[in-house]
Amino acid sequence: MGSDFITLSLTPLLIGICASMACALPGNFLLLRKQALIGDAISHVVLPGIVVAFLFTGQVSTWPMMIGAAVAAIIAVLLIEFICRVGKIESGAAMGVIFTSMFAGGVLLLEQSDTSQVHLDVEHALFGNLESLIWLDAEGWASFFDLNALAGLPLELVRMMTVLLVIVIFIYIFWRPLALICFDEPYARTRGIAATALGFALVTLTAIAAVAAFDAVGSIIVIAMIICPPAAARLMVNSLRSQVIYSQVLAVIATVVGYILAGYAPLWLGFSNTLSAAGMIATMSGVFLAFAALFGPHRRRNI
Amino acid sequence: MLWSALSLTLGYNATLVTLGATLLGIATGISGTFLYLRKNALISDAISHATLPGLGAAFLLMTTAGLDGRSLFGLLGGSAISAALGLMIVTWLTTKTRLSQDAAIGSVLSVFFAFGVVLLTVIQAIPAGRQAGLETFLLGSTAGMLFNDAVLILVLGAITTAILLLFRRSIIVVSFDAHYAQTLGISPQKIDYLVLAVALAVTVIGMKIVGLILIVALLIIAPVAARFWSEKSNTILLISGIFGGLSGYIGTAISATAPGLPTGPIIVLCSFILFLISFLLAPRRGILASARAFLVFQTTVHMTQGLLSIAQNQPIYEPKTKRLLQRGGFVRADGVATQAGHALAAKTLLNERRWTYWRSKMRQTGALDEPIVYSLVNIETKLTQDQIKSIDQGLSLQQQDKL
Repeated sequence: MGSDFITLSLTPLLIGICASMACALPGNFLLLRKQALIGDAISHVVLPGIVVAFLFTGQVSTWPMMIGAAVAAIIAVLLIEFICRVGKIESGAAMGVIFTSMFAGGVLLLEQSDTSQVHLDVEHALFGNLESLIWLDAEGWASFFDLNALAGLPLELVRMMTVLLVIVIFIYIFWRPLALICFDEPYARTRGIAATALGFALVTLTAIAAVAAFDAVGSIIVIAMIICPPAAARLMVNSLRSQVIYSQVLAVIATVVGYILAGYAPLWLGFSNTLSAAGMIATMSGVFLAFAALFGPHRRRNI
Repeated sequence: MLWSALSLTLGYNATLVTLGATLLGIATGISGTFLYLRKNALISDAISHATLPGLGAAFLLMTTAGLDGRSLFGLLGGSAISAALGLMIVTWLTTKTRLSQDAAIGSVLSVFFAFGVVLLTVIQAIPAGRQAGLETFLLGSTAGMLFNDAVLILVLGAITTAILLLFRRSIIVVSFDAHYAQTLGISPQKIDYLVLAVALAVTVIGMKIVGLILIVALLIIAPVAARFWSEKSNTILLISGIFGGLSGYIGTAISATAPGLPTGPIIVLCSFILFLISFLLAPRRGILASARAFLVFQTTVHMTQGLLSIAQNQPIYEPKTKRLLQRGGFVRADGVATQAGHALAAKTLLNERRWTYWRSKMRQTGALDEPIVYSLVNIETKLTQDQIKSIDQGLSLQQQDKL
């Protein structure tokens, strides 16, 4: 493990791990509430949010884009809810109408605006740019104690860690009410839990995780990580606590294995190029889910 | 420019593409309606994303075999195979494990798509792959469409639409009442598979024009928009097909008029505009109609309450009720009821008493099962003259008993 690894691979790996964990955490609860596809919807509507933010500020800067994406995600969730209730359309179809239309709008805005100067395109939105988040100032392990080098850490890492921390704290504080609204919402309401508000907070949290992760790893990982590790864990264990822990472990392993396979496997086979790290990480999470679905001790429905 | 695009005089290829997109729109509108009625709307999202690895694998295979990797027929064939695999996995996960359908759809769509992206990076590494242009399948591209490709899309679109129309009756029966369909000897499962197969075919056909990310929009938006206009399945199907066709036709025409107007997103936005119009203006189900119905209901409740209070000589405090009664000329400004007010109040009270008597003494199970608020409905519009006569006799007997 030389300084090469620290410069080129350590930070992308850490960012990937934080992103996967941050998405899988709320994913556990969304899965139980049968809202797994909210992640899909959110990661699609992030694009128009980012493009609109870019058009307002005229530059690719982090904060406006994050805010634009978050606002777009929240608008989409509210619109879906509105169409669902007022138009009496089932939620899946309402979701389909809103997120595809917003995504189409985002693509159109992108094509219409002059983004040739900046790195902003649909493919980046889908695949992220994990491989490019390198730590140029690192000279080896000692750099972790060198303030100058630390200042050169990719911003994405700091951001992702902060978001992960926020999500962990939220879930720690609201553990009991969250568990209740996942398993028995009517009962939770009788206990005086504001289920609607809490559900919305959960979706907002997912949106924040998705938006923060999106810039670094693209929307594929986001959708895969919101669903696959929790789903695999659900087929392996039967308690919420273990499910959350397992999902986190699986998310980390999928990220590490996927990243190594994408970056180094082609080199071992004698090819000179690397594969998409984001795609490989998401694929690995799918492989784990496949194993869990085939051999998980709790894979069947309890009749 | 737009006019010449709409009137199909923009050139041979543009015309073919427009016709292809129109047919595609019709086919997606119709098959999407069946998916929507069977509550399977989002399964098409899994199907469409699951096409990507097949696309990449087909290209790799054809290139390795020394063929032209860009042959549309081969690419679509590969996409169809991997989409079918994805669909089978969704079904298997939903039926054989305890994951719900949404989790199955989400995991299949993200993992298949991710693996497709990995394959795309493999393809970019080989010399032939750099000009493969497989990215155009993500968001669709009609700009460089070859004549043969356009014909392929036309033919496939026509075939899928024909299949749907052929099985229309059985599919509708299954959509609305699977149990009844079984008694008719129609297997709901087979019909479900047929519809999914058609949706899969339509998805694969639409990849070239609309792109695999947005094809799901065509399968969802037009049916949802059409649902606002009617309660009859045949009409919904017809409207959905028309909406889909219109979006394809107008969208392609608009996108042909200028650069920087990508076909797929424009088609999707056209159907979204149709959805908005339906959502707002549709009679009975649209927002404006619902709001109007609510207001009418609210007014009726206030009026009835107020008139009943007048009839029973109780004071009215509720400001809105007061306002409505004054405006109708049933109450004077000082709160005393007018002649007309007393007359109508007596009628309202009689209506109320008749209903009460009917519900306590004469109602049989199953009679008048519609969800109505009795006091707000004129009993003479709901029951026969004879029934009302016997109610009135019963009421007068009650009165005599009291005296």
